[in-house]
Amino acid sequence: MVHFTAADKAAITSMWRKVNVEEAGGETLGRLLVVYPWTQRFFDNFGNLSSASAIMGNPKVKAHGKRVLTSLGEALRNIDDLKGAFSQLSELHCERLHVDPENFRLLGNMLVIILAKHFGKEFTPQMQASWQKMVAGVASALAHKYH
Amino acid sequence: MVHLSGEEKAAIATLWGKVNPDEIGGEALGRLLVVYPWTQRFFDSFGDLSSATAVMGNPKVKAHGKKVIDSFSNGLKHLDDLKGTFSSLSELHCDKLHVDPENFRLLGNEIVIVLALHLGKDFTPKVQAAFQKVVAGVANALAHKYH
Repeated sequence: MVHFTAADKAAITSMWRKVNVEEAGGETLGRLLVVYPWTQRFFDNFGNLSSASAIMGNPKVKAHGKRVLTSLGEALRNIDDLKGAFSQLSELHCERLHVDPENFRLLGNMLVIILAKHFGKEFTPQMQASWQKMVAGVASALAHKYH
Repeated sequence: MVHLSGEEKAAIATLWGKVNPDEIGGEALGRLLVVYPWTQRFFDSFGDLSSATAVMGNPKVKAHGKKVIDSFSNGLKHLDDLKGTFSSLSELHCDKLHVDPENFRLLGNEIVIVLALHLGKDFTPKVQAAFQKVVAGVANALAHKYH
């Protein structure tokens, strides 16, 4: 289990309040698909993913990115029980979607990069450390029900 | 070997021209030590690493960060032969320094995060993709002589 200190929780929630979930979601997922092109295999029915511009402008990518980050935002309310919060999504990603859990780590890392890009110097080393704990915890939780 | 298109090489050169490598190095290494505290074990002689502030302000961290990034900059000029360029450093890190090669990937990722932080919107998805190829290539090259 990931242990979040009070300082971690405060840092994470204060930054999250400033995030535009729709934009950040689309950007995070889009960049995953650009930087790691094999991840496009999970999104066959998303239409045009043929170039970086196509991906970043693709409405289905944006919508799905928003959905993913909204789910993450909800989990922040249960930060001390991420495994519980992501239990059903974990089962879904294993049994129906067949997504390799490594992709959760890649996506979490992409979110960290987006936060750095967006917040600049405000994304201090301590802030980054808290967020990297967060995304690692979420990735673990999403992998937890895998069999 | 890293395969970069002409467009990607140009994007990387432009990106590198916009940053101060000295600052990037210290910041990336500092953040590595803060976010992944076990990495501090390689820097016993560096003095005070007791807090994020201490780490980021530590002159030895900054100096070593600069050394690392200078070497990285050199790699950028030899993208077609990273293994050759980093051959002696690879042997050094294996035979004398005993650094787990996973740390090269972690540091490469920190460099990406610091670039995103500094460049903001200029750190486009395409530029990010090109740069992530480079850091992966450098990490592989540094691991290449391990035995």
